[in-house]
Order: sequence, then structure tokens, then C-alpha cells
Amino acid sequence: MEKDKVITAKGLTKRFGDFIAVDAISFEVEKGEIFGFLGANGAGKTTAMRMLCGLSLPSSGEASVAGYDVYRQTELIKRSIGYMSQKFSLYEDLTVRENIRFYGGIYGLSDARIKEKTGLLLQQLHMEEQGNSLVRSLPLGWKQKLAFSIAIVHDPAIVFLDEPTGGVDPITRREFWSLIYAASDRGITVFVTTHYMDEAEYCHRVSIMVDGRIDALDTPERLMKEHDAASMDEVFLRLARKATRTGE
Amino acid sequence: MRTLKFLLQKEFLQIIRDPAIFRILFIMPIIQLLILPLAADYEIKNINLGVVDHDRSAYSIKLVNKIIASGYFRLTDYSVSFQKSLHAIEQDRSDLVLEIPAQFERSLVKDNEATLFVAVNAINGVKAGLGGAYIQSILQDYNEEVRAQWIQYPRMDPQPTIEVRYSNWFNPNMNYRYFMVPGILVMLVTMIGSSFASNNIVREKEMGTIEQINVSPIRKMNFIIGKLVPFWILALTVLTIGLAIARLVYGIVPVGHYLTIYIFAGIYLLAILGLGLLLSTYAQTQQQSMLVSFFVTMIFNLLSGLYTPIESMPAWAQTITRFNPVSYFIDVMRMVVLKGSGLGDIRPHIVAMLGFAVFFNGWAILNYKKRSG
Repeated sequence: MEKDKVITAKGLTKRFGDFIAVDAISFEVEKGEIFGFLGANGAGKTTAMRMLCGLSLPSSGEASVAGYDVYRQTELIKRSIGYMSQKFSLYEDLTVRENIRFYGGIYGLSDARIKEKTGLLLQQLHMEEQGNSLVRSLPLGWKQKLAFSIAIVHDPAIVFLDEPTGGVDPITRREFWSLIYAASDRGITVFVTTHYMDEAEYCHRVSIMVDGRIDALDTPERLMKEHDAASMDEVFLRLARKATRTGE
Repeated sequence: MRTLKFLLQKEFLQIIRDPAIFRILFIMPIIQLLILPLAADYEIKNINLGVVDHDRSAYSIKLVNKIIASGYFRLTDYSVSFQKSLHAIEQDRSDLVLEIPAQFERSLVKDNEATLFVAVNAINGVKAGLGGAYIQSILQDYNEEVRAQWIQYPRMDPQPTIEVRYSNWFNPNMNYRYFMVPGILVMLVTMIGSSFASNNIVREKEMGTIEQINVSPIRKMNFIIGKLVPFWILALTVLTIGLAIARLVYGIVPVGHYLTIYIFAGIYLLAILGLGLLLSTYAQTQQQSMLVSFFVTMIFNLLSGLYTPIESMPAWAQTITRFNPVSYFIDVMRMVVLKGSGLGDIRPHIVAMLGFAVFFNGWAILNYKKRSG
């Protein structure tokens, strides 16, 4: 395996009974890349992502994440990745600091490192004053930015983001993406699913899933050119309309 | 080990922040222990007695007075006819009717025998049975008195009688609370162990935080221990509060050692928490887990020997109680508190409980998967 490929998938498939949620997808993601994983609801994005994170066992095909096999080395994968699910997943009844401490702790950061990270993170998010407030009391946009920062508190090789900006206002989405760029600059590979096509244009490369298969995979510029479209929105609509499956 | 530290820290923070848990933890045992033992009493008192006295003689009045004086009966109806007194039973004013025939005194004095009629409302079987038995023994006593007064006993009784005298061991005053309070304590500890723990894990499922845990390198064992330890401590705290109430309010001081109770409770809680954990691996929502643990604990409690003696259950039900951890703890509690049994005496119980602990936890761990199929 080449060193700069942090994710490789070959014919990765997931079946639920007769239903093929993910149909033999193959792709590679390079180190430090922001990889957009697009698709309509029910196209199989989340399922594919869950397989890569070691949350779901693939039915067939191969895949490796951070150099580890998704069948046998899931616990090693888990040490090297960060994950932010669609569902907000910080503890609402803990404070911002306590959440950072907990997630830092379970990823094995030392107490000194946790302290340092907490300061850094609060500063970066401009949340110094909110450090001791319960997460429950924060506005959604802040929570999402916090969740992202905590997902990469242990400096993983890759971070998986499942629709991280759902329900968030445009300004906060901007801020969120600047966090993503900052992470990418630090060498963290970002694997992100989204429904917002303007966000797709922020990605280095995007793949578009339709009915469990990857229909297109390239840089946003080349995809637009190839489909003779003015925006990613048009590209997406053209491809996604072919879908026979309806929403999840 | 370090991971465990963080897990426990987080768990305790959440428990302390949840006002509901604290309220339930302290108020539930106090209320249950103060109200239930006083209300749930097996001893039948205040049996409502209806009397139909057709005789109205000195003897019949003496008999009725004797019955009332026993303290078990309350004269609630004094009718002129059996029909009327039966009506009182229908209206639930009396439980038992004693009919004294018109010639009661005369036949007693002249013929040396008399007949009485007792009708019992048997809707409440226990009340009917005991009421009937009480009145019978009072009548027998009365009979003896009358005989002693009128008849010269022969030197040798032609009918030898065997009189049984009782001696109540371990609970000499047959104080019902001594029997009930330890049992209720077990019920409380069980509820906290099974429902609280299972609900807590299912809540993480509902919130989505469990996914975040599953995608982290936390070991399954660490996560489970991190969930069990706080509730183990909480349940033992409730046990302590309960034992304190038992001592301060009811004056129940275990004849055996508190340590014996705690050692067994520690093992018992491992089993019960394992059960809670097992329920949580199957339930997807807190509603499901609440309903299932309610169902399970209700069956466990009813078949535990808390309310009705296991020995009087049908054979199949007795077999079920052997698979009911609650019945073992109630047994142990009563043995230690009332009889002063030590660790040696409850060894079979300990062995059985270790078996339960291994079984429930083993199954739960097998069934808890960080990765879905």
C-alpha cells in the first residue's frame, strides 16, 4: 500500500438481507485531503462511512483505513480516526471542559495534554467564557463546532464527518469549514458527507453516490466541466435524478 | 485503567447532575420503608362480626362479649334475623355471621349441648379462613368454661385431649415488620440495580453518544465496568439508608453481622446489574427498557417469597423461584437479620448468586457489540 493513501476501498459492499445498501464501491483518499462524500438520502453514504469506521461489518469487498483492515483491525482503526455522527453526540449534561476531558481521556491523552488541548480549543472556538457551561445550554452551531473540535482532540489521521452542518446557519457553516481547513492543514484527512452543494465545492475531491454505487469521483471543477454544469448543484441533480431508490 | 477513571468520572458527574436520580434514590427508600411495612400486614385483625342472637340469654351475651374481647373481632352488625345479617355481608359491613339459636341457653344447661351456626364471607380467603379458625378456638375455650362450671370432671378424662403449645423462634412476637422490612429493602436494591442501570445505557443509545463510544478505542469491558460500578455503589448506598431506617424506625437490629449482608449484597448486585445490562443490550429506547424491567422485576418480586411463602407455591412455581435471584437475597436477608446466619450458613446462596452473576454478565457481554452485523 502506498503511504499517502489513508483510505482505500475495493468492491466494498454491505447487504441487509436482499437490500444492497452499498454496492461494490472502490475509491482512495489521500493524506490531508478533504474528501466529499455526496449522495441523496438513502444512497448509502452513512452505511459506507460506518463500515470504514469499524461500526458496521462489511458483507464483502476490501477496505483499509489508516493502513488497517476493516475486518480484523477495527480497534486499531479506532485509535487513528475521529468520528462525528449525524446525531449530536456530546454529553449535554456535562460542561464543555468536561466533554473535552472525557473524550481526550478515553483516547489516552495525558492530563497535561488534555489541559493544553482544552485551552487551545476554547481559544480557537472563542468559547473561553463558556468552558464551564453545560453543553445543553449552547446554541446548535456552537455545539457542532465543539463536536468537531472534540472529534479531532486526539489528532487522528482521519476524521469522518457525517452531515456535520445539518441545520446550521450559513455563517456558522463558514466558520465550520474554516475549522475543517485548519484540520486539513495540520495533515488530518477529512472525509465528509453533506447535502450542501456549496460545501461540496470546498472539497478537494468529491464522490457522488447513487443507489449504493459511486457514480462520479473527481475534483469539483472537473466534474462541473465534465457534466457541462455551472455548479455542483447541477452536477448532483443530474446524477441523483437517476436514482431509483427513495429516501431513507 | 486510565480509561476507566475517565468513564467513572463522567458517570458520577452525570448522576450528580441528574436531580431525578437523587430524589428517587433518597425519597423512594424512605417512603417505601415507612409506608409499606405498616400497611402490608398479614395479621388479620378487625374482622367485622355480625351477630344474630335469637336467644338473648346471659350465656349468649357472655359468648359474644368473649368473642369481642379477643381483639380480633369488631361487632358491626346486630340483626334480628339471619336474612338481615346476610344482607350486612352483602353490603360488606360484616365478614362473618354468628347465629345463636333461640334455645341456646336452655339446651346448653339442660341437654349439655348446643349448636351454633357460623357463616363466613369467603371472598378474601385468608380473612375467612383465619376468622373462622379464631372463632372456633374462642368457642372451644368457651365450651371448656361452661363445662368446668357445670360438670364435675371425672378423675380420668374419657377423651384424652392433646394440647399444643407454641414457641415462636427468631421472631418471638411474630412481628410482621421484622419479616417484611428486610424483604422490601431487597426489592428496592433490585429496582435500582436493574432498571437504573439498564435505563442509563439505553439513554446513551437514544442520545447517540453510544456511537461515539463505539467508534473510540474504549474496550468493551471498560465501558461495562464503568457503567456497573456507579450503580453498584448507588444501590449499596440505598441499602445502607434502608438498613438505617430499619434500625431507627423499626428497631430492627440484625442478629447476624451487617458485613454478611453487605458481602452478599455486593455479589447479588453483580448479578442484578448484569441483568440490567443484558436488558439494555436488547432495548432500543428507554420506554422499552422501562417496560421490560418493570415486567421482569414484578415477576421476580411476586415469585420471591416476599409476600407469599415459596413453600406454599405449586411445584412448578417453586422451580421458577430457584431461577429468581431476588428470592435468594430475601432468604439471606431474613436469615441474617432474624436468625443471625453467618457466611457459612448462606454458602449455597452465595454460590447460586455467583452463578447468576456469571450468567447474566456473560450473556450481556456477548450481546453487547461495538460493531453491528
